[in-house]
Amino acid sequence: MSHSDAVLHLRGESIFVDDIVVTPEMLHAFPLVSTIAHGLIKNIDFQAAQALEGVVAIFTAANIAGENQIGNASVGEELLASREVLYVGQPVAIMVAKTPELAKQAAALCQVEYQILEAIFNARIADNKGLHIAPPRTFAVGNVDNAWQDCAVIVEGQTESGAQEHVYFETQIALAYPLENGGLKLLSATQSPSFTQKIIARVLNKPMHLVEVDVLRLGGGFGGKEEQATMWATLAALAADKTQQPVKLALSRSEDMSFTGKRHPYSADFKIGLNAQGKILAYQVKFYQNAGATADLSLAILERTLFHAGGSYFIPNLKATAVSCQTHLPSNTAFRGFGAPQAMFVMEAAIFAAAEKMGLDASVIQQQNLLSEGDYFYYGMKAENARAKASWQQLQQRLTGQQQAIAEFNCTHRLEKKALALMPLCFGIAFTATFLNQASALVHIYTDGSVSISCGAVEMGQGVKNKLIAVAARVLSIAENRIKIESTNTTRIANMSPTAASNGSDLNGQAVLIACQQLLASLKKVAAEALNVTDIDAIRIQQERVYVKDVATDLTWSQLIGKAYMTRTSLSAQAFYATPDIYFDRSKESGNPFAYHVYGCAAVEVTLDCLRGRYQVDKVRIVHDGGQSLDLKVDIGQIEGALVQGLGWLTSEEIIFDDSGHLKTNDLSQYKIPDIYAAPEIEIEFLNSDNPAAVLNSKAVGEPPLMYAIAVYFALAKAVQAFNPDWQTVYDAPFTPEKVLLALYRKI
Amino acid sequence: MNKISATFILNHRQVTAKVALGMVALDYIRNLQKLTGSKQACRTGDCGACSVLLGRHEKGKLIYHAVNSCLLPMAAVHGCHLVTIEGLNTAELNPIQQAVLDNGGVQCGFCSPGFVVAMTAYFLNAQTANLDEFVDAVAGNLCRCSGYMGIKRALRQLLQQYPLNNSENRLQDLIERQILPDYFVAIAPRLAEIPILKTPSNHDAIMVAGGTDLFVQRPQLLAASQLKLLESNQEITLTQQQCRITASTTLETLKNSPLLQSLFPQFKKEMEMIATTPIRQRATVGGNLANASPIADMAIFFLALAAQLELRSLNGETRSVRLQDFFQTYKQIDLQAGEQIAALSFSCPPQPILFSFEKVSKRQYSDIASVNSALFLELEQETIKTAHLSAGGVAAIPLYLAKTCAYLQGKAISNEVVKQAVNIAQTEISPISDQRGSAEYKRLLLRQLIIAHFLKLLPDLLNAEDLL
Ligand SMILES: Cc1cc2nc3c(=O)[nH]c(=O)nc-3n(C[C@H](O)[C@H](O)[C@H](O)COP(=O)(O)OP(=O)(O)OC[C@H]3O[C@@H](n4cnc5c(N)ncnc54)[C@H](O)[C@@H]3O)c2cc1C
Ligand code: FES
Ligand code: FES
Repeated sequence: MSHSDAVLHLRGESIFVDDIVVTPEMLHAFPLVSTIAHGLIKNIDFQAAQALEGVVAIFTAANIAGENQIGNASVGEELLASREVLYVGQPVAIMVAKTPELAKQAAALCQVEYQILEAIFNARIADNKGLHIAPPRTFAVGNVDNAWQDCAVIVEGQTESGAQEHVYFETQIALAYPLENGGLKLLSATQSPSFTQKIIARVLNKPMHLVEVDVLRLGGGFGGKEEQATMWATLAALAADKTQQPVKLALSRSEDMSFTGKRHPYSADFKIGLNAQGKILAYQVKFYQNAGATADLSLAILERTLFHAGGSYFIPNLKATAVSCQTHLPSNTAFRGFGAPQAMFVMEAAIFAAAEKMGLDASVIQQQNLLSEGDYFYYGMKAENARAKASWQQLQQRLTGQQQAIAEFNCTHRLEKKALALMPLCFGIAFTATFLNQASALVHIYTDGSVSISCGAVEMGQGVKNKLIAVAARVLSIAENRIKIESTNTTRIANMSPTAASNGSDLNGQAVLIACQQLLASLKKVAAEALNVTDIDAIRIQQERVYVKDVATDLTWSQLIGKAYMTRTSLSAQAFYATPDIYFDRSKESGNPFAYHVYGCAAVEVTLDCLRGRYQVDKVRIVHDGGQSLDLKVDIGQIEGALVQGLGWLTSEEIIFDDSGHLKTNDLSQYKIPDIYAAPEIEIEFLNSDNPAAVLNSKAVGEPPLMYAIAVYFALAKAVQAFNPDWQTVYDAPFTPEKVLLALYRKI
Repeated sequence: MNKISATFILNHRQVTAKVALGMVALDYIRNLQKLTGSKQACRTGDCGACSVLLGRHEKGKLIYHAVNSCLLPMAAVHGCHLVTIEGLNTAELNPIQQAVLDNGGVQCGFCSPGFVVAMTAYFLNAQTANLDEFVDAVAGNLCRCSGYMGIKRALRQLLQQYPLNNSENRLQDLIERQILPDYFVAIAPRLAEIPILKTPSNHDAIMVAGGTDLFVQRPQLLAASQLKLLESNQEITLTQQQCRITASTTLETLKNSPLLQSLFPQFKKEMEMIATTPIRQRATVGGNLANASPIADMAIFFLALAAQLELRSLNGETRSVRLQDFFQTYKQIDLQAGEQIAALSFSCPPQPILFSFEKVSKRQYSDIASVNSALFLELEQETIKTAHLSAGGVAAIPLYLAKTCAYLQGKAISNEVVKQAVNIAQTEISPISDQRGSAEYKRLLLRQLIIAHFLKLLPDLLNAEDLL
């Protein structure tokens, strides 16, 4: 019987890539990286590095047999810079040595001569110079230009939201082993095994079937290993292929933080118009996304920004424009929420600004404009099973008297202020690149009745294994400990989509469900024959026993599997799932891009120490529309974890580059993720509802709850206002203790 | 020779490691012993994923603490019981592991072994069951996945399940409750048999106390250098109104000192704002001062107590220097080659001491200060007889605000005096903008902290509204 991953973790017995015992023959690779943000490589002097005892080889772009391109979604992303470097930390060459220390030492010995070019770090400046990853896109409904004249109140403003480092606990790492016949096997900490395979094949000029990528689990991903694990796996693969020896490449925390991309910082301009009662008539927004050096996933992220520009609200006239701006920073990338948090922050800022102007609490505007059943999103999709209002109302019941209590507290406390802010949520589920919404699964039943499942989902702490086991156990009606989820491997599952967009268990769960149903159908046939029953539909398996018309028989699961084998029935099934009814027409920016939406609402309460500018998020109450959970513990953990991660983005997690593009906050002593003291008490209630659009009526949960944390910003803003009514509200996340203190004492 | 031969008990086995003096325990246990349950996620002491228990005889008793193995020099492991997560496992999940599992405290699992180790350390050391202290015991462990609620639920459940009575024989008790495996029974006598290691002293050797700063800043250098591990001799004494603290006293010992807690009523809370439990277990007062970081918390604390340092040269000569003179320019201190800080002392006036320590950082706990400050006041009625004010993060060194102190001397407490003091302080500082905040912020923050000192110490004599 197998233990769950959690049991192994708690015993320190689970294996991550860095835990794999390597032989002394293992070589170690480390990149020589650019120390300038933008420039041309004039010359590299490798002499000293080559002379270092223990250095085995050094490779540059010139050694690449295939294409020097690692971008999935776009071109222009080099594995090793061939001519031009675009950011500090960009690999220029790869050192291969007998120990990791030697490889690093070798990199430090290389002398690179650059011709320095102008470097730009700010999205708006890049925009001014026309440095765009792609032309801007606009989603629109109604006509904002005509609508302004009907508005009683119009407010304009600007917002900023900062970058965020993933801080997955396991840093980027890969092991590459040369196989016979030019093949390679990679053990990589990637969310995208198939993409990694594809890129390695492309770079090394090999057919994909010669490259096997295997992923046992990740120590956290959060999007940071969706696109950006590829670089390290490919460098290791290149070195292993060239040297024909196994190669390990592992980044330390500060290297990882310095070389890899983050959540995109956004700058935005908004204009919102409302009638006198607070009904939003028009909303216009322009987003400037700081993409960093290359496209990476920026355009897909930008698209999701556009999909979530309107938040959880119905707005009859809306125009959202977004542009991805190229700067000389490490390419920013996927991070839980994928552009949606940045969009919703602006929407909430606009509402907050309008409320301020109207002398209302923002919740008055929020509530009036929540999406209703049957409303159309501005991108053409109809809101079905819309639960924005239901979750808002259920949450209100838990807040009775709360605003009153806070007002009283603030009256009696001069140096401390409390505030409460609400955040309604609506998040679309599906890859917005429609073709990615596919998955397959391979299920084996062994003759002892134990079950092995392979699929395209990568376990990274989000509990997808638990959920897949739950699906299989339910369909086959067997004990969960009979089921094992195998590593994610490109030889067992081909062409898998990344585990991302919150729908790893939606897609793969459906594929597993179908495969198990196929097996069940043939097992029923075997049972019918064994029990001499003609009506196959009368056969049922329940808790590892065969029933005929609800009457238990003596035939157990194990015996049934034995009979199936002896009667030469296949005990393996392969299944494929593609999400139905989704499409999007980019020429019209309209369609049905999502399988469904996740709704919910959160209330965040903060206390602010107005003398010192310190604050505490005391409590977060959440009503979450989670469907019929496949694993309640997992879903609760995802909500709690996402909330706290979002809280970090809005409070203490501040990414600072110096003027030359070097990351200053490059370790955990400088970059502060929430600790146990910073984490609030979190109370979650679920809206118990079905979701016909996903496996066994469940709902995706990974990303959406991160956005509940947006209310933290506005709760803090309210608390500041309670102390300093003169403060001109600014929307500039994260709201660090520094910004809070300066706001508390700013006199206009 | 910069190798040592350290003998210790690793989980249940006695081992002798012939390794570089400056190798850290994490590399030894992961790379040489292939015990991969301890994870590395930062190597700067910030995350706790590498936590291990270090057990050793202290004053005749076997004491265990959780420490960060990424900053633990192997030289410090000799004669100890080093326990990794593997050494806590029994056939079934132990009650701590079970509680974390049942309460949903595990996601990607990379932090999980570290949490189990830290929680075990709490059970080994806690006097009474107290949730705040349990939380503090795991506050050096970060988790990026779970949001900590699962951990908190587990802590609450465990405290209910296992009320800790101040048992004399905690180890035995924990073995009976299956929180510790049986083999812990026999560790004490086995450790007693390991002979003491003599390290030859060397003029050029880098002095290592707790190593919590050195191994963050210069791990590569240390791996290849001569090191001199300073002996631990932790003493906090009070004689004739002189409080003396030996340099090797750890910050955790300091925090738990009944003497200091009685002198400074807020002491424990203030110390909890400094680093984390496992770092405090290793970090010493001497290291904090010698390090001379402009925001060193102990430096700021003791500057406001007008502390004196006792310095001792290699041949045993001692001299005394005022702490405020010890810090010269950025990271330059009044310390000759081979000289070490032996102790620190300050005079305690008759009770009650008016003393306030303030610290604000980006993250409230386990973070380096943006600005910190301390104030000591001695009053005669409402007149200031003596004032010592210090501030960190506002200059190149931990700063004693001499002009402000001189101004305050002899003044009757009033709002105006405080305001004036705040203004004078502004003329003494020269903060720079960096990751910890802009110069503008640091100026404002110091103003606030000085006001906070006075409001905290003399609430009845001042008007908060007017001071703001
Ligand atoms: C995660 C983490 C959090 C931290 N948080 C804080 C914090 O909140 N506040 C804070 O102030 N600091 C903090 N620190 C910094 C630091 O660890 C402490 O200042 C600590 O007190 C240093 O003591 P140590 O014994 O470990 O010094 P070591 O690292 O051993 O030594 C530091 C320096 O002092 C010298 N030295 C040590 N002892 C003596 C002596 N007796 N005489 C002469 N020289 C000596 C050493 O040669 C070395 O140059 C933190 C560190 C970490 C890793
Ligand atoms: S690895 Fe993070 S504290 Fe040691
Ligand atoms: S479970 Fe992933 S870091 Fe804690």
